[in-house]
Amino acid sequence: MTLLEVSELRLAFGGLVAIDGLSFSVGEAEIVSVIGPNGAGKTSAFNCVTGFYRPTGGTIAFDGQSLLGKRPSAVAAAGISRTFQNLRLFGELSVLDNVRAGSHLRLKQSVFDALLHTPRYRRTERACTAEANHWLDFVGLRGDRYSEARNLPYGEQRRVEIARALAREPRLLLLDEPAAGLNHAEKTEMLDLIRRIRDLGIAIVLIEHDMGLVMQVSERIVVLNFGKEIADGRPEEVRRDPAVIEAYLGSDTHA
Amino acid sequence: MNETKAPEAPRKLGAKAPRTRLSKLFDNRWAGLAGLLIALLAPFVNASNYALSIMTSAAIFAMLASGLNIVVGYTGLLDLGYAAFFAVGAYTSGVLATRFDLPLLVTVPAVIVVTVIAGIIIGAPTLRLRSDYLAIVTLGFGEIIRITANNLPVTGGPSGIYGIPSLTDSPVTFYYVTVVIVAVAIIGASRLGRSRLGRAMRFVREDEDAAEATGVHTYRVKLAAYIAGAVWGGLAGVLFAGHLSAISPNSFTFLQSALVLMAVVLGGMGSVPGVVLGAIVISLLPELLRGVADYRYFVFGVLLIIVMLVRPQGLWPARSKEALK
Repeated sequence: MTLLEVSELRLAFGGLVAIDGLSFSVGEAEIVSVIGPNGAGKTSAFNCVTGFYRPTGGTIAFDGQSLLGKRPSAVAAAGISRTFQNLRLFGELSVLDNVRAGSHLRLKQSVFDALLHTPRYRRTERACTAEANHWLDFVGLRGDRYSEARNLPYGEQRRVEIARALAREPRLLLLDEPAAGLNHAEKTEMLDLIRRIRDLGIAIVLIEHDMGLVMQVSERIVVLNFGKEIADGRPEEVRRDPAVIEAYLGSDTHA
Repeated sequence: MNETKAPEAPRKLGAKAPRTRLSKLFDNRWAGLAGLLIALLAPFVNASNYALSIMTSAAIFAMLASGLNIVVGYTGLLDLGYAAFFAVGAYTSGVLATRFDLPLLVTVPAVIVVTVIAGIIIGAPTLRLRSDYLAIVTLGFGEIIRITANNLPVTGGPSGIYGIPSLTDSPVTFYYVTVVIVAVAIIGASRLGRSRLGRAMRFVREDEDAAEATGVHTYRVKLAAYIAGAVWGGLAGVLFAGHLSAISPNSFTFLQSALVLMAVVLGGMGSVPGVVLGAIVISLLPELLRGVADYRYFVFGVLLIIVMLVRPQGLWPARSKEALK
């Protein structure tokens, strides 16, 4: 069953075409990787899906509903979470507060609850903290949860960002280069984490440059080059696709 | 000597800065109680009309600072025209009280409604802007409100409004009423800061895009912060009108906005006890410096510069370390 359906997506900044007719779909609890050389339009595609960019053309549907023209918070409300290529944590806030942000949409608490400290305020705050702790356990955070997020080591910050995205309880998670900057051991843990997220029934779209990780974890791979889709298939098919090899290694005529 | 507000503190605290998690909650609570106690006992030390007037002004100023802190400290929106809301509250209350012969308290609901509307009118178009642009536009609105008050017949033009009824007859009672109202306002601002909405404001301050991506409607949160700031400022305006019984456009200049902002930055942006302490310092220091006569604003300025050089994070900065719940 299709969860996310992107078709004929086009994005142009003035004369520069960043995405040129991209179509792909993601099924429930499926892991799809989007790969391609730098500047191929991968992150731009993420930004279109999550409402940060307005596509020039094409359609994006999530669970049968169009996402076009929705602001990012509305896309999040629809059930899509994302992480950012270059970590976007709330640096001066505690790790726990960062993850509490994920509960924002589900927290039923009015201003009057907050001002009067009603039982509902206490209940929702407790629940929110418990959830945040749960997700930090899930991603395996080892660092201090009460300290400022920016003080954590890089790899730990990545986990916090994923915990924040998961606390939203999304049906689809977009991960933008989650393994970038991680060492070998951390990459292995990331691979395991991605699989455990999928096992929760959450579909994942992954942008990643580490081919080892991509080949191991993906059920399907979409390859982009210059804003165009040049391949879409299972890892072993994509690996042998001549167009993909050419995009990555260059062809004889150009080299 | 004559401190005035709720969560403000003994000065030594900056040095010892206790870091254990459990103690933090108690910290702020005890600091708040201590501050309130000092405020309540101050008239027993000195109850001259002069001292009471200064302490009342300081309390009102602390309320302004706690309101601006919601906008600047929690949400990170630089507002250079906060005196506009102070003016809207004071004038709404003053005009209603003198024209219709109403007691000051009766004007409060109207003040809340008018300041909310003012917050929306000023906030709705400007909050789409970011940082520096927002600062310039708020500066403009601050001037517009003051110049409007200066030119409208209903606000009494440049001479303003006279004979606004006080809440009570005696300055001591008025001082105590003010302290109680301001304490409630400060606790309210503090609770707001720790709630879902307050957290959302901090998410916006830290990173608007990331906040949006987690489902925070950033525009609405910024507008909510602006409206809350407007209401706090407007209610402080009611107290101000009742305290002085006369208001004029001169009370709501850019300098006033700048002083409130200074209290917030000096105390520690985002920290409720900090901004209250900052407000007390800003409002009382010039009075304490009367000894150096003509040089007092010079000394005042130098002291502020020294504080910001030595403690750029503010006298009592906000901490991200939080209490275990």
